[in-house]
Amino acid sequence: MGEPGTKELLSLDELEAAGNARSGRKHILSILVENKAGVLTRIAGLFARRGYNIDTLTVGPTEDEQYSRITLTFDGAMHSVDQVTKQLHKLINVLKIRDLEPADTVARELALFKVAVEGAQRAEVMQISEIFRGKVVDVTRRSVIVEITGTTDKIAAFERMVRPFGLIEMMRTGEIAISRGRGET
Amino acid sequence: MRAVDAIMECLKAEGVEVVFGLPGGANLPTYDAFVDAGIRHVLVRHEAGGGHAAEGYAKATGRVGVAFATSGPGATNIVTPIVDAMMDSVPTVFITGQVRTDLLGTDGFQETDTLGITMPVVKHSFQIRSPLEIPRAIHEAFHIARSGRPGPVVVDIPQDLSRADITYEPVTDLNLPGYQPTTEGNTKQIRQAAKAMASARRPVIYAGGGVINANASQELSEFATSDRFPVTCTLMGLGAFPAPHPQWLGMLGMHGTRTANYAMDEADLICCIGARFDDRITGKLSEFAPHAKFIHIDIDPAEISKNIPAHIPIVGDCRNVLRKLIKEYRALEGVDTSRTDEWWQKIRAWQEKHPLRYEDSTDAEIKPQYMVQALYEASGGDAIVTSDVGQHQMWAAQHYHFAKPRRWINSGGLGTMGFGLPAALGAQVGCPDQTVVCIAGDGSIQMNIQELATCSQDKIPVKVFIMNNGYLGMVRQWQELFWDKRYSHVDMGSYPDFVKLAEAYGATGMRLTDKTTLVDDMKTALATDGPVLVDVRVTREENTYPMIAPGQPARDMVG
Repeated sequence: MGEPGTKELLSLDELEAAGNARSGRKHILSILVENKAGVLTRIAGLFARRGYNIDTLTVGPTEDEQYSRITLTFDGAMHSVDQVTKQLHKLINVLKIRDLEPADTVARELALFKVAVEGAQRAEVMQISEIFRGKVVDVTRRSVIVEITGTTDKIAAFERMVRPFGLIEMMRTGEIAISRGRGET
Repeated sequence: MRAVDAIMECLKAEGVEVVFGLPGGANLPTYDAFVDAGIRHVLVRHEAGGGHAAEGYAKATGRVGVAFATSGPGATNIVTPIVDAMMDSVPTVFITGQVRTDLLGTDGFQETDTLGITMPVVKHSFQIRSPLEIPRAIHEAFHIARSGRPGPVVVDIPQDLSRADITYEPVTDLNLPGYQPTTEGNTKQIRQAAKAMASARRPVIYAGGGVINANASQELSEFATSDRFPVTCTLMGLGAFPAPHPQWLGMLGMHGTRTANYAMDEADLICCIGARFDDRITGKLSEFAPHAKFIHIDIDPAEISKNIPAHIPIVGDCRNVLRKLIKEYRALEGVDTSRTDEWWQKIRAWQEKHPLRYEDSTDAEIKPQYMVQALYEASGGDAIVTSDVGQHQMWAAQHYHFAKPRRWINSGGLGTMGFGLPAALGAQVGCPDQTVVCIAGDGSIQMNIQELATCSQDKIPVKVFIMNNGYLGMVRQWQELFWDKRYSHVDMGSYPDFVKLAEAYGATGMRLTDKTTLVDDMKTALATDGPVLVDVRVTREENTYPMIAPGQPARDMVG
């Protein structure tokens, strides 16, 4: 096929279309934004009106107070990551978007589980928590609250383990993620 | 100085020569500043008229259009022009008043969340929280509105902050780290595009409003004539390529020519420049241009591969990219210009077999298509023509052959009825030496008819030609064709009496009913001083053809 640098004309049949296919996997977008009023509304509104579903979303300060970091996950089987990031980039307050590769990323989530347990069951739940490196942060006669951090999968696994005991409430923060190695996310 | 006086200084520094607007409680301080500012202000009769006038001004001149409105209902009234400017990429700045900061969030009198309401439909917006932010916000607003893909920017200023005493210094360093439009175009991709064009046996150039926004019409013609590339334009792109030209196929899309749509359908390579594969262009997306590969040139990366995957995507300003593309194309060796001979034979056969046609009346009745042809003749084909939205808009697009850019001003993306008259007003203010004509429908003209008063008071001599069929014609056509002629609320009767109405507004009113004298009568209207409203009575039930029926592929055009 005619390479851009050569004089050779190219055959149209060999052109391949770029862009906009669905990836079929979960995506974690790390979005660096200006720390200004209304930025989160602009991002949430963009997702809503373009019909993209957000799975989780976290916002927090960064090492530089001018900027905030939004970590957002969505399903790449439902939406084209290419189109999502291009639309996000059109927002004036968005500086940088990174579609994090799972293998090169450390992602963590915090979850709190309130489980209905009494007597012997309490010991059993505490034992499971230990295996998951969780912490019991509150105990009453008829309940415990367990704090777990880890990947989304680990938290889901813990949920499966404790649900049969009587899960009163579960709260999750959604993932935050940082790229591995020396470079900035 | 007062913050409001600083606003005026900012406008002057941005080269603003006119503002369209209407005062109210929350922008009283701003209007006080107009008294001594030395900036022309056109007092519109409704904020929507002011917003569309700013759009018309921007589209006719290429400069940023500016509209002011007060808080609450003033702000909600300009929402339609804001959306319109967003959909059609019109560089505009809207400055709205807001209630005092101590009333914010209390449902105060004429309070509305202007930023919240407009957030989904602006390119960007600024909520002023400190008077010191005002100058920077306004300069940044102008920069954002006019650069990259142009669009509307809203600046919302609480009344008390606008009265604050601040020091004004012109802002030269913009602080927009997240906003850096790509304008140059990737050289390798451009070279690749040139080679693909040189290989194509059935190429088509499909150009849109982006070419006009980028002032790239000259370059488009140069590129098209670097070989014998056939050219079609979207509704928004009309005038980007001169209509009377041997390589011109006519407009494409729902009411485009058969030739243009058939050419897209059979093309092997489509070079899309500053257009966005809207559903009114593609018809049934899955059957759109089934044999084609796509080059897509656009300043907005999000448009590329949005609806149609691009084989050669090029992000950049159309003029920059076209200049490079011309250079690359001319540098190619061994380009066989006879490769498109067969293609041209096919195109010529379509053109011969399917010209734009209609059955003309045998008596004095005025067919709507003839009305546009007559206006083309009466105006020498060189007027700035604005339109409203509907059948008259499509007939105007088909039969007024635009030879230059910025001559055709209409509402494409949003399809806003009531756009035409205020847009004409704005265009005339921006281009005082041009003939500005508005082709309106009898339905849509009434949606902003109040701006005739503005035209009379400010001596803005627009000539409005109402294509009066007594119907909401396009809706009637769809009810006829797709809803078994079950006409539901489309008959407008013959109200109002437009001649009397024109006179009441201080304009000249005329009524034309005779085809045989139409061209001369139109010349008379055009030669009349001041604003003129002409009620042209046309055939009542005429349909706009040809047409790609909704959801159908282009090759199945009807009519």
